[in-house]
Amino acid sequence: MPLIRLQDIWRSYQMAAETVHALRGVSLSIERGEYVAIMGPSGSGKSTMMNLLGCLDTPTSGTYELNGTDVSHRDDNELAEIRNREIGFVFQTFNLLARATALRNVELPMVYAGVSPDERREKALVALAAVGLADRVDHRPNELSGGQRQRVAVARALVNSPSILLADEPTGNLDSKTGVEILALFDELASKGNTIIVVTHEEKVALHSRRIVRILDGNIASDEQVRRVEGRESRFEGKPAPDPSA
Amino acid sequence: MNFLSELREGLFIAWDSLRANKLRSALTTLGIVIGIVTVTLMGTALAGLNAAFLKSISAIGTDVFFVAPWQWFSDEPWWKMRNRRPILLADARALVRQTTFARATTIDASRRMTVRYRDLSATSVNVSGTTEGGAEVGGLVLKEGRFLSAAEVEGARPVCVIGADIAANFFPYESPLGKHLRVEDQNLEIIGVLEKRGSFLGMASLDNEVMLPVTKFVSDFSFRPPVMIRVKVRDLKEMDEAREEIRGIMRKIRHLAPGVPDDFAINEQAAFIQTFDRMNSVVAGAGLFITSLSLFVGGIGIMNIMFVTVAERTREIGIRKAIGAKRRAILTQFLLESALICLLGGLLGLAFAYPITLVMDRFMPAALSASLVGIALLVSVATGVIAGFLPAWRAAKMNPVDALRAE
Repeated sequence: MPLIRLQDIWRSYQMAAETVHALRGVSLSIERGEYVAIMGPSGSGKSTMMNLLGCLDTPTSGTYELNGTDVSHRDDNELAEIRNREIGFVFQTFNLLARATALRNVELPMVYAGVSPDERREKALVALAAVGLADRVDHRPNELSGGQRQRVAVARALVNSPSILLADEPTGNLDSKTGVEILALFDELASKGNTIIVVTHEEKVALHSRRIVRILDGNIASDEQVRRVEGRESRFEGKPAPDPSA
Repeated sequence: MNFLSELREGLFIAWDSLRANKLRSALTTLGIVIGIVTVTLMGTALAGLNAAFLKSISAIGTDVFFVAPWQWFSDEPWWKMRNRRPILLADARALVRQTTFARATTIDASRRMTVRYRDLSATSVNVSGTTEGGAEVGGLVLKEGRFLSAAEVEGARPVCVIGADIAANFFPYESPLGKHLRVEDQNLEIIGVLEKRGSFLGMASLDNEVMLPVTKFVSDFSFRPPVMIRVKVRDLKEMDEAREEIRGIMRKIRHLAPGVPDDFAINEQAAFIQTFDRMNSVVAGAGLFITSLSLFVGGIGIMNIMFVTVAERTREIGIRKAIGAKRRAILTQFLLESALICLLGGLLGLAFAYPITLVMDRFMPAALSASLVGIALLVSVATGVIAGFLPAWRAAKMNPVDALRAE
């Protein structure tokens, strides 16, 4: 059973008089432990895709099964609970709470999960140590570098042990050196068995993943595995994408 | 458990945001401060007036009946009551003789008259005839000398007891006892001086008074004057029986046939209090309504600032929702924030109101009671919750995708 199964997903928006179809019948399966990049130019529908995968939004039609349960038609509160339990977000602009310390930012998902303060603190410290920020726990975001902020965001995303780590242009606001560091962190997380989905338009970022899904005009244009050859990455052409209906 | 941790988080955020926007919080709070100050002071003033009234009214005594032709605070038109027959001394003495529930009784009649001592004179002094029971019924305390005796009343002796003001004005340097006051063409020997009693309802002074035997009053100062009988009941539990007995005796004395309504009235303190309470509740209602308008204005200020806060923190709301905050969590967070602002306003308001009540206390019995403090704090928190609800609800039902996109 795949971790994520999208079947014939449509997402339409009513813009004034006309209906815009951001996604037109997308079907996709992602297995547990995969490291997938979703690529596409702006306006392709990849942001909509990411909102749907992250349960921030629901499809107009089609079904989205996450972990075997249909989550395509849940209400606001149910989606919040699913996000809290199943999904860890990493955003381009970090989206940390500016006035809270790194520790409190990482504790936040557990606040809404109802974890006791002591346990919260303990887990948050472990998560921060795992991203190499054990000595920065009491710093506020404005006292941290961009790379450190994104590490805090990663720690926050992972602290509730979600099924998916969902990253939206995670290196978009970082210089290339720290970007590489973050991607190295992602590689490490992937090798430990985390399921990671990265939404990006940068080829270099996408090449860190093992599978690249390209979206164009609201549909999947290609779905390819990445083959690694002696430390150099290149695409393995011709292997068919996993059939979502399988 | 979940709700508790949300609550704690909400309190933390609320406090943090108050500290982050000190000036704004202070200005917003000001509206609530003013509202709570006015409401608290109004409440204190009303309670003070009430206490002052009850203290003043206690001169009447709860266990005393006032038998007179006229009812206090009656709904009956005055032009009907004014034709009632007066009660004369003989009738009054018959009543006093027959009543069995009385601890003490007295028969009073009075007139405003001019009183002289040597070349000094005082006009408009309340000269009243009374009986030996007057001291007990009226709760009079003597500063010097003694009260009228039964024999003096029986024999219509020319003696009198004077009030504190008369004593102070006529005899500033000497004891009045044994001196003779002149009232019309009669000389009255002073046998007692009363302690100061103050005034009744802030109007008539009770110390500008000369008391003499009612028999003397009737024979020399007034022809067939109407009198009033006061009956102090032995036991408060017997008030109802006593009232019925007095009523029966009076009907017999006044020869009222069965079915004919009473042409006299048995008054008591309760009537005063009832009337005052009715009046008081109207004043209190109007006063509190007007002052609560200022609290209402304060509440609108809170609502306004909470809308601004929610708009400013749209992105934060988006982050929290993405991470898993449910509507309830966001709603709680903002409600707590506005409740906290208002609670602080309430506390500040009380801190301002307290010294003012101390000043007020010089003019009337005024004290900031514990219940008033509790109510003030409760009202301020309620204002915060009510005023904060709409903004908080707007925040709670934000769409996370849109909220995250906000700058």
